[in-house]
Formats: sequence, C-alpha cells, structure tokens
Amino acid sequence: MAYLKIDNVAIKGLSACVPERVVRNIDYPYLSEEEINKYISTIGVEERHCAIPDGSICTSDLCYASAKQLIDELKWNPEEIQLLVFVSHTADYKLPSTACILQDRLGLSTATMAFDSPLGCSGFVYGLAMAASIMQSGCIKKGLLLVGNTQSFYAAPKDQGTALLFADAGTAIALEFNPEAPSMEFDLYTNGAGKDALIIPDGGCRNPFNAQSLEEYTDEAGVVRTPLYEKMDGLEVFQFASKNVPKSINGLMEQFSISQEDIDYLLLHQANKFLCEKIRKRLKFPEDKTPYNIDRFGNTSGATIPLLMVTELNQRLQSERLSFIASGFGVGLSLGSVRFTTDNIICPPLLTL
Amino acid sequence: MTIQEFIDKFAEAAEIEEVAGIDGATKFRELEEWNSLAALSVISMFEEELDKDLAVADFKKAQTIEDLYNLAQ
Repeated sequence: MAYLKIDNVAIKGLSACVPERVVRNIDYPYLSEEEINKYISTIGVEERHCAIPDGSICTSDLCYASAKQLIDELKWNPEEIQLLVFVSHTADYKLPSTACILQDRLGLSTATMAFDSPLGCSGFVYGLAMAASIMQSGCIKKGLLLVGNTQSFYAAPKDQGTALLFADAGTAIALEFNPEAPSMEFDLYTNGAGKDALIIPDGGCRNPFNAQSLEEYTDEAGVVRTPLYEKMDGLEVFQFASKNVPKSINGLMEQFSISQEDIDYLLLHQANKFLCEKIRKRLKFPEDKTPYNIDRFGNTSGATIPLLMVTELNQRLQSERLSFIASGFGVGLSLGSVRFTTDNIICPPLLTL
Repeated sequence: MTIQEFIDKFAEAAEIEEVAGIDGATKFRELEEWNSLAALSVISMFEEELDKDLAVADFKKAQTIEDLYNLAQ
C-alpha cells in the first residue's frame, strides 16, 4: 500500500458545473422499456448531463466556470494562485496541456505551475494528493485543483454499458497553505495489468488513428462500437472495485487509526449504484453517511466526488467542520482513497453551462 | 454443496424464477433472464455467499451450470 500523509494544506472551497443539457435514460432507443427500467433500478442512473461532442462545451469550459465562481466567492486575487492541476481524460487538444490554457483564461500570473494529469475515476483523489504534496512545504500558498471529464463523448451509442452511464462535469477545488490545517491521509494503488478493462484502443500513439478506426466491430460480448470509443469490461471493473476498494479504505483507516465514528461521510466514486452499495455494505457504513447523486448525474469519472459534495452536502459544508473518507477507482486500473477534513468552506450551488 | 443447492443460489442471484428446467448441462448464457446485470450478481454471489474469489477469466470460459458449479468447489 502506498500511503501518504500531508499536513499544512486546507481545502478552502469547491464548486462544480455540468452541461445544462439533460439526457434521460428512459429515452434510450436500443433497449426495451422493461430492460431500461431494470437497468435504471440496478445501476441507478435515471438521467445525465451531457454536452454535445462538437467542441461547444469541453471539460475545460466546465472547470473554468467552476473555478471562476470559486475564485470570486473566495475573494481570491487570481494573481496569488501559483498552482493549477487539471486532471482529466478529455483535454482540449493533444497538445498543449489544458492547464496552460486555463492559466491564461483564469487570469493567473505567469508565475504559475500548471500541468495536466490524465487520470480518470481516481482523478480527484490523485489530484488532491499531487496538489497537496506540492503545496505542503509552503512555497506556493494558493492552488487550484480542477477535475473533470466530458466522458459521454467516449460512450458508443449502442454500448449500453457506457451509453447509459457516462456523463459530464467539471469541478474546482481551492487549496491553501495553512500550518493549522488538519492532515490528509491517502492510500494510492495501481494495477496496470487491468489496462484493457477500460480502454479507448485507437487514436493514441500505440494504435494511431487510421481508416479502420472508423469501422464498427462487434466485440466478444456482442457490443458494437468503433475502436475510438471506450471499451469497458464491466465484470473486470466490478470485480476489481468490489474487492480492492473496501481493502483500500480499511487499510487507510487501520494505518492512520481512523474509526468509523470519526467520519461524517463516505464519498464513493459514483461508478454505479449496484457496485457502490456492495462496497458500502462490505465496509458496514450506514446508508445515511453514504450520499449518492448518480440517479441525476450518472458517472462523471474523476469529477463524481466533488460533484457529490456540491449537490448533496453544499449546506453542511458551508456551516460545519466535516470529516470524510473518499475513494475513486477505475480506469488504469487506478485507485485512491483519502481521509480529509473541511471546515466551513465556500461551496456555491451547482452551476450549469 | 450439491449441484441442486448451487442451482438455487444461482437462480436467486440471476433472478430466475423457474428453476425446474435448469440442470448441470444448462447453458446459462442462453437463458432468457441472462444479461450483464445477472453476471454481476452471480459474481457477487460467489464472493459473498460461497466465499470464493472468482477469476473473471474463468467465469467467462464457463458455459454450463456445471462449469460454474466446478468453479464453486
């Protein structure tokens, strides 16, 4: 287990933005109504916010709106922000890094460390570990962690495993150096042997885009897609997460002597309701400490955890001190669990674009 | 565990109401009720009720109820 303990970095606020456009799963044309209802009751997704994949709304636009609102409400001077980490699998361009574009767009000074990190479902936890690690020495006083995805772009229309699940969101987390801040503790895990469990085969350097990239094929499970769409082996991902997420969280709690009573909320990556409930029951966390918003927002990859905090816990976050355990898990395969504390933070209501 | 006891557990997990026609030779992937969600439930049943760490690759190779039953041993 790769454990980290980071002191001196406080979460000052968080915000989230989703596309205004709503897609209802009940309208899905490739399944019968009965099949869709069965799917909805199991996986838990009724509707999703999805951008149209024409470049009009990119992840960076959603993250920009979230960050702009957060900076305004915190009354931060953008010139004081010296770190910007953008965690996403849906960058604006192959190059340059989207973080550079956002540094300029947000009006941050050129004395800013800005970079992208292409991680998916584990992205919030990994991003927090990276940003907080950089800031803990105190040289950089204010930083922004932007986590988002427009992964509905990667769902093949006829692939019910992803087309009814994937959705879009962009979030912003404001971090500040503060020697009084409660510590954050992490457990980070990687198993690249599972790289094929979630993969877009074509369009990278290993399988460059070619004429066949546009041809539909039927995979061994009978699903039709082109190799430019994401292929998910649901069984492998399910098996990986149901086994390793409880192990990771239990390990974290043991390593840092955290008891369940110390924790106000368990924030699980909104992968699918069936899987999340399996994990919750294995951890024996009570239902009222385990919020969900997957019914209305689907699976937004790395953005699910901050989005969940904004939509479900917005009031309490602004008026109380709260302690969380969060776990993000998926593509990689990559997994991160964290314990962190918030204390009367800024958390504006959900934005739409 | 007898194969009949296994069939009962399998049917419960996969939400199959009529178990009378199911035996060891039944090709479970061809059952009307079989779908991706049933597969998740059966994998969970192995872990939770049988305490078996089922490899997904082995599960994918299994075609008949008996194949699954052998994985449960």
